[in-house]
Amino acid sequence: MTITQKILSKHCGRKEVYPNEYIECSVDLILANDITGPLAIEEFEKVGAKKVFNPGKIVLVPDHFTPCKDIKSAELVKKLREFAKKYKVRFYEIGKVGIEHVLLPEEGLILPGELIIGADSHTCTYGALGCFSTGVGSTDAAYAMITGKLWFKVPETIKFHYYGKMKEYVGGKDLILYTIGLIGVDGANYKSMEFSGEVIENLPIDDRFTMCNMVIEAGGKNGIIKPDEITDNYLKEIGIRIKIDEDLKTDEENDYEKIIEIDVSNIDPQVSAPHLPSNSKSVKEYIGIKIDQSVIGSCTNGRISDLRKAAKILKGKKIHPEVRCIIIPATQKVYMQALKEGLIEIFIESGCVISPPTCGPCLGGHMGVLGKGEIAIATTNRNFIGRMGHSESYVYLSNPEVAAASAIKGEITHPEEVI
Amino acid sequence: MKTKGKVWKFGDHINTDDIISARYLNTTDEKELASHCFESIRPEFSKNVKNGDIIVAGENFGCGSSREHAPISIKGCGISVVIAKSFARIFFRNSINIGLPLIELKEVDEIKENDILEVDFENGIIINLNSEKTYKFQKYPEFLQKIVLSGGLMELAKKYLKEKNNENY
Repeated sequence: MTITQKILSKHCGRKEVYPNEYIECSVDLILANDITGPLAIEEFEKVGAKKVFNPGKIVLVPDHFTPCKDIKSAELVKKLREFAKKYKVRFYEIGKVGIEHVLLPEEGLILPGELIIGADSHTCTYGALGCFSTGVGSTDAAYAMITGKLWFKVPETIKFHYYGKMKEYVGGKDLILYTIGLIGVDGANYKSMEFSGEVIENLPIDDRFTMCNMVIEAGGKNGIIKPDEITDNYLKEIGIRIKIDEDLKTDEENDYEKIIEIDVSNIDPQVSAPHLPSNSKSVKEYIGIKIDQSVIGSCTNGRISDLRKAAKILKGKKIHPEVRCIIIPATQKVYMQALKEGLIEIFIESGCVISPPTCGPCLGGHMGVLGKGEIAIATTNRNFIGRMGHSESYVYLSNPEVAAASAIKGEITHPEEVI
Repeated sequence: MKTKGKVWKFGDHINTDDIISARYLNTTDEKELASHCFESIRPEFSKNVKNGDIIVAGENFGCGSSREHAPISIKGCGISVVIAKSFARIFFRNSINIGLPLIELKEVDEIKENDILEVDFENGIIINLNSEKTYKFQKYPEFLQKIVLSGGLMELAKKYLKEKNNENY
């Protein structure tokens, strides 16, 4: 069995499960946010449920339109807040809240081998810690809040094997953009994407989160990486000492539906052009495209190592006078760390603005929405039509170094050009 | 169950931002969501769509976010069924859960905008009344049929609550 099959079988109380069969599993954690949570709560109340199956296993994170951008979003968050109070489930208030997929691991709520569902498509992020984690809908979340269970189709697994030596300014974001470009936006539809090989074994945890975060952009059900020493060190760092189950590994190569080998040695920093994440090519193909805005943040690239990478490029430089550069630390902890390391000072001195932790502009919510004809480079995950604002605006996806370098130059550029 | 309606044709990779833009996600109201359905890519859609109409699309329909607002807004427009070459998985499960019928059909390229289709869910047959062609489609597997026939996932939650109540929930 694959790691994914092993976790699913354990959670449905069976010795083995097979690809494409339907099963009902118990869930270890249910997440919902200010967009998906209110719908789940409405469904929960409509059927007359009086209690949640386990208050400790439900987390509500108002991160999309917060700090509330308008009256309607304030009403949505109010709904979450009141529900959390009534049913004694975890809720993160402004001041504590951060982008859910960075916050939950930070809070120690995600462990290897667990089964996590979230009413947010980027819930697949947590697979970086070796758990099965997938995005579902609001009705799914409501059903699971009542019963503690949910239905799944057992996915087939594609193994992605990365080897070779990465070039400078290439990280997890570039590997995943390259991979999505290779297989297409539905290249892994309904499937599990397992990342492995020497490159992954040496890849820092933040880059692993970035890779698993974007499997949904290839249609994947979950992304997963075998937990190892890097996982263990990360858990220790956040104060969790557990013995990782040694069986959390795929048994045989035959267990995979297919294996895709990727030599990383020739991969340049990647840029995905509008309007699909799969339009990824070397940054060199897009050099010279003028930009109006650069966004560095999101559940994909708003972690401390992302801010460090951006600061390294921006230190002592000025943002181009015709560019807005918006930096969004993903959580309060990331923000504080950036402050302690002097990164915030670097950003402000170079002319960036710092946003409180929020999903904000990534989905065209607030904190940097684009007008007609405007172009942005962003470390976010989607570049669909109208994603960051006007239906005639354009988003190019990249890693933090490329987004920072482009903000200095005023056009898409390779980081080497500004160093 | 049978349904008959006019076709609205869409291409490949229609994503959830195309279906309902995030700027309207500050509401959960079905009618309001329906009034902005496909606004970015087909502004005339929500004004002209009629009850019972059918969406026909290419590969990977509904890719992107987990927002259930997407199938809700489509259902709210009165769309009776979405037929596509393939569906993105979260959109697929959301539609099953809320009772928006979906059909996977490889031959969608033969169906044109404004064609009138008759869909026979029980027998798995689609008839194109314009081209007079007939297509067979795969019905849902038994496990999903159970959810759909119960009237959606929350009906199963009700059943669960009733059983629990009997055990002094």
